[in-house]
Amino acid sequence: MKINYCDALVVGGGLAGLRVAVAAQEKGLSTTVLSLVPPKRSHSAAAQGGMQASLANGVMGYGDNEDVHFADTVKGSDWGCDQEVVRMFVTTAPKAIRELTNWGVPWTRIDRGPREVVINTERTTIVEDDAAHGLINARDFGGTKKWRTCYTADATGHTMLYGVANRAIRDRVDIRDRKEMLSLIHKDSRCYGAVVRDLVTGEIEAYLAKGTCIATGGWGRIYRTTTNAVICEGTGQAAALETGIAALGNPEAIQFHPTPIVPSGILLTEGCRGDGGVLRDVDGHRFMPDYEPEKKDLASRDVVSRRMMQHIRAGKGVPSPFGDHLWLDISILGREHIEKNLRDVQEISKVFNGIDPADEGPAGWMPVRPAQHYSMGGIRVKPTGESPTLFGLFACGEAACWDLHGFNRLGGNSVAETVVSGMIVGSYFADYCKSHEIDIDTGTVEKFVAAQEEYITEILSRPVGVENIFAIKKEMQTIMDEKVGIFRNGETLYHAVEELRELLRRSRLAGVRVKSLRLNRELEEAYRVPRMLKIAISVAYAAMLRTESRGAHYREDHPNRDDLHWLKRTLVRWPDPESTLPHIGSETLDIMKMEMPPAFRGYGRKGMISEHPLSARRQKEVDEIRSRMEAEGKDRFEIQDALMHFDLPENYKDKNERFGVGYE
Amino acid sequence: MSDMKNTMRKGRILTFEILRYDPSDLESKPHFETFHIEETPGMTLFIALNIIREEHDPDLSFDFVCRAGICGSCGMMINGKPLLACRTLTKDYEDGVIRLMPLPAFELLKDLSVNTGKWMQSMSERVESWIHSAEERDITILEKPVEPEVASDTFELDRCIECGICVASCATALMRPDFIGAVGVNRIARFSVDPADERGDEEFFELIGNDSGIFGCMTLLACEDHCPKNLPLQEKLAYMRRKMASMG
Repeated sequence: MKINYCDALVVGGGLAGLRVAVAAQEKGLSTTVLSLVPPKRSHSAAAQGGMQASLANGVMGYGDNEDVHFADTVKGSDWGCDQEVVRMFVTTAPKAIRELTNWGVPWTRIDRGPREVVINTERTTIVEDDAAHGLINARDFGGTKKWRTCYTADATGHTMLYGVANRAIRDRVDIRDRKEMLSLIHKDSRCYGAVVRDLVTGEIEAYLAKGTCIATGGWGRIYRTTTNAVICEGTGQAAALETGIAALGNPEAIQFHPTPIVPSGILLTEGCRGDGGVLRDVDGHRFMPDYEPEKKDLASRDVVSRRMMQHIRAGKGVPSPFGDHLWLDISILGREHIEKNLRDVQEISKVFNGIDPADEGPAGWMPVRPAQHYSMGGIRVKPTGESPTLFGLFACGEAACWDLHGFNRLGGNSVAETVVSGMIVGSYFADYCKSHEIDIDTGTVEKFVAAQEEYITEILSRPVGVENIFAIKKEMQTIMDEKVGIFRNGETLYHAVEELRELLRRSRLAGVRVKSLRLNRELEEAYRVPRMLKIAISVAYAAMLRTESRGAHYREDHPNRDDLHWLKRTLVRWPDPESTLPHIGSETLDIMKMEMPPAFRGYGRKGMISEHPLSARRQKEVDEIRSRMEAEGKDRFEIQDALMHFDLPENYKDKNERFGVGYE
Repeated sequence: MSDMKNTMRKGRILTFEILRYDPSDLESKPHFETFHIEETPGMTLFIALNIIREEHDPDLSFDFVCRAGICGSCGMMINGKPLLACRTLTKDYEDGVIRLMPLPAFELLKDLSVNTGKWMQSMSERVESWIHSAEERDITILEKPVEPEVASDTFELDRCIECGICVASCATALMRPDFIGAVGVNRIARFSVDPADERGDEEFFELIGNDSGIFGCMTLLACEDHCPKNLPLQEKLAYMRRKMASMG
């Protein structure tokens, strides 16, 4: 048995994992990153439109600050988030943007003077201040009060990933690619590292560390139609789930993005609509203002996706061999704007669909339909990023349920979360690693390694022809698309759970045709798909039990947001590895500790809330504290602290300077 | 979409000739293997290769990640040209015969899978592919202004996805394994226009002012012809060469 030792082990080489690794390495810890693919190929690179941070440099961002970003994010989450975490996030986001500037991200900058933009399909001129010339620009995104999304054209994730990856190379972080975590090594509720398989040689080794951080991204590939890269299979979260100790939070909270292109499901950024593009139906009619008079095409993603499907159901979709779709029209932005700011979108549309979106009129319209995009849920962690039940296990980025996004994530808040949580969790993680030892006996480690070796041997010994793992995976993805999608109901979800359980049983019989350990994709599928099925069952089962509608989780048989019974976070544990069902519990969100008690979001359906009596009581309390302190001449930071105290490591709680207003 | 409706009915039979070889296996000899699959509308090589692996030969190795032309994982030789497989549509091959080989110049892992990651990591270390600055600006204060044009020029060169296609199309890289390729020269060009990087021409000369660097380029420029991101490699190679030549 080969054991690799390091101080800090990071599983996942995307933006979140790399940023955590840099935090640990720069605190003097020997840090190893394990990644399925070379880190610069991670799915973070696919983030297009931008990163939210309340810099407020541009004229359309004036007045923006942490408070506004906080309110937008909480409303976006449909009050499912952890408000303390949101405060930590919005306070650190401007620092993250500026740190990335230092690391070489070439943010699009502001040009002084007049500039033509498209707002509500009208060409409008905005004028940027002379003194703001050269500061970081921002574009509009859904569900936000201000133009807050900083960007590099529509390749923001790519430039951020290269900036952070290059920093990690500079810092000599030990990065090992084509490595896959099979299981976590733990003893007495403490995590000591992972059992890891080399995807080239097939060799299985132990990686022991003082602390372990999982940053393996989302689980989009449990669905058939998803914007996610093929590596986003949720096996990192599954490894945490299979400890039986760590829990998943809110797995049922799945985001469907409004505008993936049909049929490939490749994402077209929200920046298309942020920059002024609109959705059209079979008649060429711009329909979103009919449903959402205030936010129109730029309501939050859950709302826009639902309205689109509602419109298709009403017979207004465009028929195609791949099912009905709608149109995304950015031609109204003009060729110059598209070729500068939306060039990847243009390239994707031209290459995969033969449509140049800059062509005027219907010729340039791109076929779109909502598809799985993001998992708000993940490994449940505390604000420090540590699992509350499996000590020494940290998680951040999309793999975690930190819980920044609740039941709907705002566009531009995911790449932001990767680096911001990488900074914050990275700091707490490094502190943990510095104050703990690797005090586990090698006999225990041996048992964890042997279990995985035996599992692989057992898979290789199975007869061929009984079950096909590729077919089982497709069946799972079809069930998730058809039964655990945008519109959900109890009966269909029940069938989904039962069918997925049956698939999990069958997956345990799937043999592989090639017996080699080396670069054997079918073998990889044979051990991954059962883990994916455990995630899929967790998603479907939690969705079945949550008898309300909140954010992206929409139950046709329970259309109300039920604050009275469901202001809580689902917690999923899988204590019995042989079982086909997890244990599902929950934790209650405490209204009396919220800075912003539950209310109407300002978009979506009105009057569909079963209110909790404490919401009004807390709101009254909040109003009283605010007016009293304002009368005493307290500033917004002092008032915020009185309403809901939060902590941050490093200097991340320091005030952020802003153009024209200083540190106000 | 009418184009797709028409092809929906037909479904011609495609022929794939794929180079099979596992260099770690002493028994393995490089050879072409032929597969036939039915074409579907809008089919890319990502879709086709997955069908071949799932339905015909689970032992076939290749790499995809984003399947959207963004991550740079899937470069391969397609009918003799280095291209991103995920962005290659089968309909563009009129006779329906597609011959696939791994990218040359990189360590072959198996079949169509090559280790571009290792090559790019070593290139990044060699050209010190990170911002060099004596002092890092405080992240709580207003960022330093950058001319929008300069930021845009930096971004233009930062769009490289390290797919390795420029290296695979480069005659020098095939002869000199230590040549940094257009990707390495472009990276230096990127940092030289970025005002955040304080390195001057002397420092860049130290890194690439030799025959395995900028002077190795024979200006055949297949790199620019094949770059999937249409980076201005010709211009940047010429610019860096002039700059570096004046130093030497």
